[in-house]
Amino acid sequence: MTRPAAIEIDDAASSRAGDRPGPLAVYLLLGIAFGVVLTRSEVVSWFRIQEMFRFQSFRMYGIIGSAIATAAASVAIIKKVQLRAISGEIVSIPRKELGSCIRYAVGGTIFGLGWALTGACPGPLFALIGSGVSVMIVAVLSALTGTWVYAWLRPRLPH
Amino acid sequence: MELFFSREWPWYVAGPVIGLFVPALLIVGNKQFGISSNLRHLCSAIAPGRIEFLRYDWRRVGLWNLVFLAGVLVGGFISVHAGTAHVIALSAETKATLIKLGIHDFSGIAPNEVFCWHALLTVRGFVSVVVGGFLVGFGTAYAGGCTSGRAISGLANFELPSLIAVFGFFAGGLAATYYILPLLLGGV
Repeated sequence: MTRPAAIEIDDAASSRAGDRPGPLAVYLLLGIAFGVVLTRSEVVSWFRIQEMFRFQSFRMYGIIGSAIATAAASVAIIKKVQLRAISGEIVSIPRKELGSCIRYAVGGTIFGLGWALTGACPGPLFALIGSGVSVMIVAVLSALTGTWVYAWLRPRLPH
Repeated sequence: MELFFSREWPWYVAGPVIGLFVPALLIVGNKQFGISSNLRHLCSAIAPGRIEFLRYDWRRVGLWNLVFLAGVLVGGFISVHAGTAHVIALSAETKATLIKLGIHDFSGIAPNEVFCWHALLTVRGFVSVVVGGFLVGFGTAYAGGCTSGRAISGLANFELPSLIAVFGFFAGGLAATYYILPLLLGGV
């Protein structure tokens, strides 16, 4: 059993920018926009997720693929020009450590099971509550329990 | 506005717009786009106990992301209330398969007969919502991210761990779709 890697806090490098009221309002607006996009594009739909896992429509693959391509092109440009964020720091993107890769394979598969059962990944779970599928409050509470149990078992899990 | 809210966006509009959230968050505050870290931040805020993984300054690290997440909820609300309701234009094949598996109501975003409060006490409602939710929370924490953080942010940065995680997402999703859902939806 390998010892888990040191606790990583993904965005520890980006420190105090979020504490000021100005940027927080920006994150709220961006979040609202993201919620609208998730809902209007129907990626929050259990039906669309079934269509994807049954390979019966190109739609979800088109959305995820073009999202990755757009993000990759933007990230490449941002790195190339060494962009400074509005908050002042040079933009830096920390890379994940590979470790033994068990955590990614096993954790990913466990999440995949949950993704198909609930028909939603974490963002959509919250968008669904907003759009009136109130029973997803229970799914979120369960997800919090799942994360907590992982945190508790973490020292005993292979990573 | 009418077009914006009255029907589903085509994939070639929705995908790039979703992808643009990665640079938008980097530009605004050098932040990594990823929703599932919020589950950890919430656990850290609510019940950190003596668990090392949950003992950190969640306000400093994650407040921006929790605010973003609150926005996602509001966005879902606005989207539904500003738009006209429409039935999801599901592919005929998927619809036929799901009818065979026992789904009859196609009027909602998710099947109303499974994702409603009184179905929580049925096996299919409980497994879909409670067990499914638990697996989402456990799996994303173990894999260090979900669709947004691993598939989109991670693959956009050409990370091998993210690619392995995304293969896992599909392995799990396919297993649930072909082996668990048929048993689950089949009238239990």
